[in-house]
Amino acid sequence: MSAALDVEHVTVELGGRPIVEDVSFSVEHGEWVTLIGPNGAGKTTLLRAVAGLVPFRGEVALDGKPLRRVRRRDLARRVAVVPQVPLMPSAMTIREYVLLGRTPYVSYAGREGRRDHAAVEQALARLDLAGLAERELGTLSGGERQRAVLARALAQEAPVLLLDEPTTALDAGRQQEALELIDALRLDAGLTVVATMHDLTLAGQYAPRLLLLSSGRIVAQGTASEVLTEAIVAEHYGARVRVVEGAVIPVRA
Amino acid sequence: MTARTWLAAAALFLVVALLTGALVGPVHIGLLDALESVVARLPFVHLRSPLPPTDESILWDIRLPRVVLGALVGAMLATAGASYQGVFRNALADPYLLGVAAGAGLGATLAVVYLPSGFGFANALPPAAFLGASVAVALAYAIGRSAGGGSGGATLVLAGVTVASFFTAIQTFIQQQHSETLEQVYSWILGRLPSSGWDDVEILLPYVVVSVAGILLHRRLLDVLSVGDEEAATLGVHVGRVRLAVVVCATVGTAAAVAVSGLIGFVGIIVPHAIRLVAGPSYRLLLPLTVLVGAGFLVLTDVIARTALSPAEVPIGVVTAFFGAPFFAVVLRTARRMAT
Repeated sequence: MSAALDVEHVTVELGGRPIVEDVSFSVEHGEWVTLIGPNGAGKTTLLRAVAGLVPFRGEVALDGKPLRRVRRRDLARRVAVVPQVPLMPSAMTIREYVLLGRTPYVSYAGREGRRDHAAVEQALARLDLAGLAERELGTLSGGERQRAVLARALAQEAPVLLLDEPTTALDAGRQQEALELIDALRLDAGLTVVATMHDLTLAGQYAPRLLLLSSGRIVAQGTASEVLTEAIVAEHYGARVRVVEGAVIPVRA
Repeated sequence: MTARTWLAAAALFLVVALLTGALVGPVHIGLLDALESVVARLPFVHLRSPLPPTDESILWDIRLPRVVLGALVGAMLATAGASYQGVFRNALADPYLLGVAAGAGLGATLAVVYLPSGFGFANALPPAAFLGASVAVALAYAIGRSAGGGSGGATLVLAGVTVASFFTAIQTFIQQQHSETLEQVYSWILGRLPSSGWDDVEILLPYVVVSVAGILLHRRLLDVLSVGDEEAATLGVHVGRVRLAVVVCATVGTAAAVAVSGLIGFVGIIVPHAIRLVAGPSYRLLLPLTVLVGAGFLVLTDVIARTALSPAEVPIGVVTAFFGAPFFAVVLRTARRMAT
């Protein structure tokens, strides 16, 4: 059986400049892999290539099927994307927003059916949003917004979930809550998760496997204890840190 | 209110507007007589119209064609406005965004100035305006595409602005050279509904039906576009294709409406926004409401345009702005109060 996601020799150029260079990795079904790396390393660009949003050289395959041969609608049924800063129309209700997740299942000029509305209700219930379904997006807190976006991705019923910096806008408690939730979804829905993250400690706590990207290339990969060493972080982030029981702690000179 | 209540209210508004348009004028026609006259024209109804022949002719040959034309133009401009605002995610987008107005203006000016007067100004102007509008939008689209960004909305809008200023410059230049025709062109630019019987209605109707139907087919997808091009793409939508389809529908309809009625401003902005403020942003409800309310709005505006300075006529574009702006300010205020 082929891996959920295969990335082979992928190179992405934007404006003639290589942003991602010759990157290869694969992600098994149900696995959680997190891409880490300093600003500008190419994490988001790599994620966008996998989502079919930027042209690339090399090969990306889902379940062994090359991305280039998957139609946009079918791709949306296989891969759900949670962007770093989602555009959330402020007067739209949560239910209307989550319903957008059903787009790949509705024909061009068609309407959503019973099956679609059931999937929406299920996603709302799973993320504790049933009571807030009629609230407008503009009135939500950061944590509620994040749950609404996850509910939309869940309603999409795609086996692969791509998360770009899922915790950036959240406080410490909401960060933990969001990541626990994602992990629970991964376990009970069998989702494959590929995320990008800045917080190295959290990245190491939730993803069994980390890929460190620097200047567009994978420079280290493995478990948190293998990748998050003082030497590697110093070399690629230019940061002085100490690593204590998986926690990456910045230190002042 | 539920969607059904909103639709019923909008339909009622349109009916009231149509009746007002048919009944108000220098010659008094009673409501019941007018309704009986309409019923009498239905097939298989054996009833005599109670109206004397002159009134019957005023109702059927002068007022009703103009009322129906106003409804078609209003529905078209308002719906086109709502759909441009949707595909470009720009609150200020209007039916004239991509150079429709400038192109139509240039086409109309060329027709008035260069066609031999024996050709018939009234016959030549609509097709010339339609042609000008289509050329302008096609040009804007070509420039927007070649500028890169592919389906990017902002590039397309900038291309539209470029084409519009270029066409306006040519039009102004030609106009200055031929000041004797200035008034004809000017009165067309201000917008007016002609009272020329059912001919204009017959010309415009197919365009409006096809265009509005095409836009309504996209109302769910317009909701998807509201989360941005990139997210819409990750939801499986070909954003560029949807945008092109909606822009083509809206532009063809607008060009046809402009060709018949001249440039009637403000309807495409004010009607959809007023509805958004009270009934919410979802295009599923917004678009059908916009069709109904836009039609009713322009019919009522036209009643004011032809009665305010009767027997003279105020250009309807002037009336839409004069009454539309304060009305819109009130809607803005009340909607905000409801929200807080």
